[in-house]
Amino acid sequence: MRTSRLMPGAGALVAVVALAACSSGAVSSGSGSGGSGTPVTLNLATVNNGQMKDMEKLKGEYEKSHPGVTVNFQVMEEGDLRAAVTADVASHAGQYDIVTIGAYETPQWGANGWLVDLTPDLKADASYDVNDILPPVRDVNTYDGKLYAVPFYGESSFLMYRKDVLSKAGITFSGTPTWQEVAAAAKKVDSPGMSGICMRGKPGWGDLFGPLTTVIETFGGSWYDKDWNATVNTPEWKQAVTFYKQLLDDSGEADPVSYSFNECLTAVKEGKAAMWADATVAASMLEAADSPVKGKMGYVPMPVVKTKQSGWLWSWNLAIPSSTKKKAAAIDFVKWATSKDYIKLVGQKIGWSNVPPGSRTSTYEIPEYKQAAAAYAPLTLDVMSSVNPKQPGLNPQPWVGIQYVSIPEFQDVGNQCAQLIADYIAGRSSVDDALSKCQAIAQKAGDAHKK
Amino acid sequence: MSVEETRTVQARPATPARRVNTKELWSARGLLLPAVVVLVLLTQVPFVVTIVFSLLRWNLLYPDDRGFTGLGNYASALTSGDLGPSIVATVLITAFSVALSVVLGLAFAVLLDRDFRGRALARTLMITPFLVMPAAASLIWKYSMFDTTIGMLDWLSRTLHLPVVAWSTDHPLASVVIVLTWQFTPFMMLILLAGLQGQDRGILEAAQVDGAGAWRTFTWITLPHLRMYVEIGVLLGSVIILQVFDPIAILTKGTGGTKTLAYLLYERAFIGLDVGQAAAYGVVTVILTIIVATVALRTLFKVFMAGGSR
Repeated sequence: MRTSRLMPGAGALVAVVALAACSSGAVSSGSGSGGSGTPVTLNLATVNNGQMKDMEKLKGEYEKSHPGVTVNFQVMEEGDLRAAVTADVASHAGQYDIVTIGAYETPQWGANGWLVDLTPDLKADASYDVNDILPPVRDVNTYDGKLYAVPFYGESSFLMYRKDVLSKAGITFSGTPTWQEVAAAAKKVDSPGMSGICMRGKPGWGDLFGPLTTVIETFGGSWYDKDWNATVNTPEWKQAVTFYKQLLDDSGEADPVSYSFNECLTAVKEGKAAMWADATVAASMLEAADSPVKGKMGYVPMPVVKTKQSGWLWSWNLAIPSSTKKKAAAIDFVKWATSKDYIKLVGQKIGWSNVPPGSRTSTYEIPEYKQAAAAYAPLTLDVMSSVNPKQPGLNPQPWVGIQYVSIPEFQDVGNQCAQLIADYIAGRSSVDDALSKCQAIAQKAGDAHKK
Repeated sequence: MSVEETRTVQARPATPARRVNTKELWSARGLLLPAVVVLVLLTQVPFVVTIVFSLLRWNLLYPDDRGFTGLGNYASALTSGDLGPSIVATVLITAFSVALSVVLGLAFAVLLDRDFRGRALARTLMITPFLVMPAAASLIWKYSMFDTTIGMLDWLSRTLHLPVVAWSTDHPLASVVIVLTWQFTPFMMLILLAGLQGQDRGILEAAQVDGAGAWRTFTWITLPHLRMYVEIGVLLGSVIILQVFDPIAILTKGTGGTKTLAYLLYERAFIGLDVGQAAAYGVVTVILTIIVATVALRTLFKVFMAGGSR
């Protein structure tokens, strides 16, 4: 591990020495005139999602208009990306000039001083139009009034259902359904060949707790109270978790513990599930040209119980580690990749349904996109603009974010608790046992943040 | 020949030989030295570094809070309550997978030991699972076999009107053991087949002449002969399966009593991002593995030794 770190480090060092003469101002002008100097190579680490791969395809357009700049993509699985980027940024190794991070990391890393504050550069450029970024997404990427990352794409969650199956059973959803309504409907349409609903049960903080935390929040529960006391062993949690298991037992998929986003996506596409509550980004895949359920799906907001709405909020963002030696060039590329023009470029070159969603209000005003994504885009925008990451549940919380807690320990806490709850879902332990163990784990992490 | 002569005759080759020895030995040692140093550095330094890390308070997410903590990481590793179940899981998974693959491997080795048309093809097909990457093998089983929507087992049980089995949810330990057995049966088969083909045909013929049937020949001659090969297979198989990671990460994520030491270590290092704690778990794992392996192998060998002559 040490030697493998050294090699790219040494490479970066050489590049830095070579760059020392090249004034960063020339590159940041972005007009392409700065290309006459020493060439610049930007190392970008990103996740292997479709929209990021499109960015890699289109980077040539940027390099064409910025001679001398090369953007070197390193595309990884989500887990590998998180481990590699965290190690690099935390140790100030300087291997990456641009990193892709989730809404979970941005405020914490900003607070640690690991990221470049983008606020002044973005405000200075009127054509970038910071205010066009969806406000809740801006909130989760802001710490202490400073914007440390800009969204590449964003998502919320909603309920997707088979219109044909539900209407045959005489079920219609008007507006936002309640979880009880959805559970009743799922039970009604559940059959041996098609489960009533597909929900994630795979242990993992991003797998199970994605949807489950939003269910807990709408039942009135939360991970912590405003003084960082863990509130896992509360009646609200117990109600929500037992409801979730009951829903899966009555009308969920047969093997919930091995199901997460991709497995449910397959099940819905194969016609093996009638409903699915998950990320809004799923709709673009269900409505893709080769999807067997294209045009058969209906979309309504995430079901609720006690709160008004219950969608989650997630974004994949581009940020610049403070250890980079090519700050100006990196900022320029980040601005390009998250600009209004980039979104139009994707639409023209790759296809309008492939446009990175959920980052900018203006995206939803493009006529071509409105037409291509008519089935789900208006609802996505609606849900994403109405969620409140500062207080998604009934009670105030000391962090900004829905479906995760932005403290460093949370991925560990979430992972361990997800395993406990998965054991409960599989019938290997009781709900009280799972929640009391989870409470102890969560409390230990919460204690570290008490003032 | 006189006594004198004999002495010189004997002494003559001895003296130059000794001279060559010391001289050449040192130059040979000198030439080997860089290799030895590199080898020691490569094999031992990472472990020493791990021990040093295990004494530090070092979480990647708290870069400013780094320092010496003594045995604190070990204390939390031993008191967290994760270690006990993890050892049980490791031992169970290893024992079941090794035992099953030895039994199945023996059966296939006996079948393939006979002459028949297309034996080479059959052998190649039988070995294939061992050549598949562990992660790919786990994925094949997860989606193509175990999946309750698109899996072959699901299709089979629906066709036969049997209840659908939710493998990861209802039988997590069994699903991990099945994947490992599938992968390691060919490995055992190869070793045992080599043993079978190394049998002295003369002894087998003699047994036949003496009127021993196939079963008697197998239990009294072939099995004792195979003892050594079984031991090698068990030893190598245990060492590899003790460290197995992919099927757990892909099928069960450590739930349902499948959190082996290797997976626990991964969680501490890459989900907890706690370098100090992960290093402490690593050291504890190495010590425990050595203890478990030694005890298990000693008992195993004793059983075999008592079983009969070699």
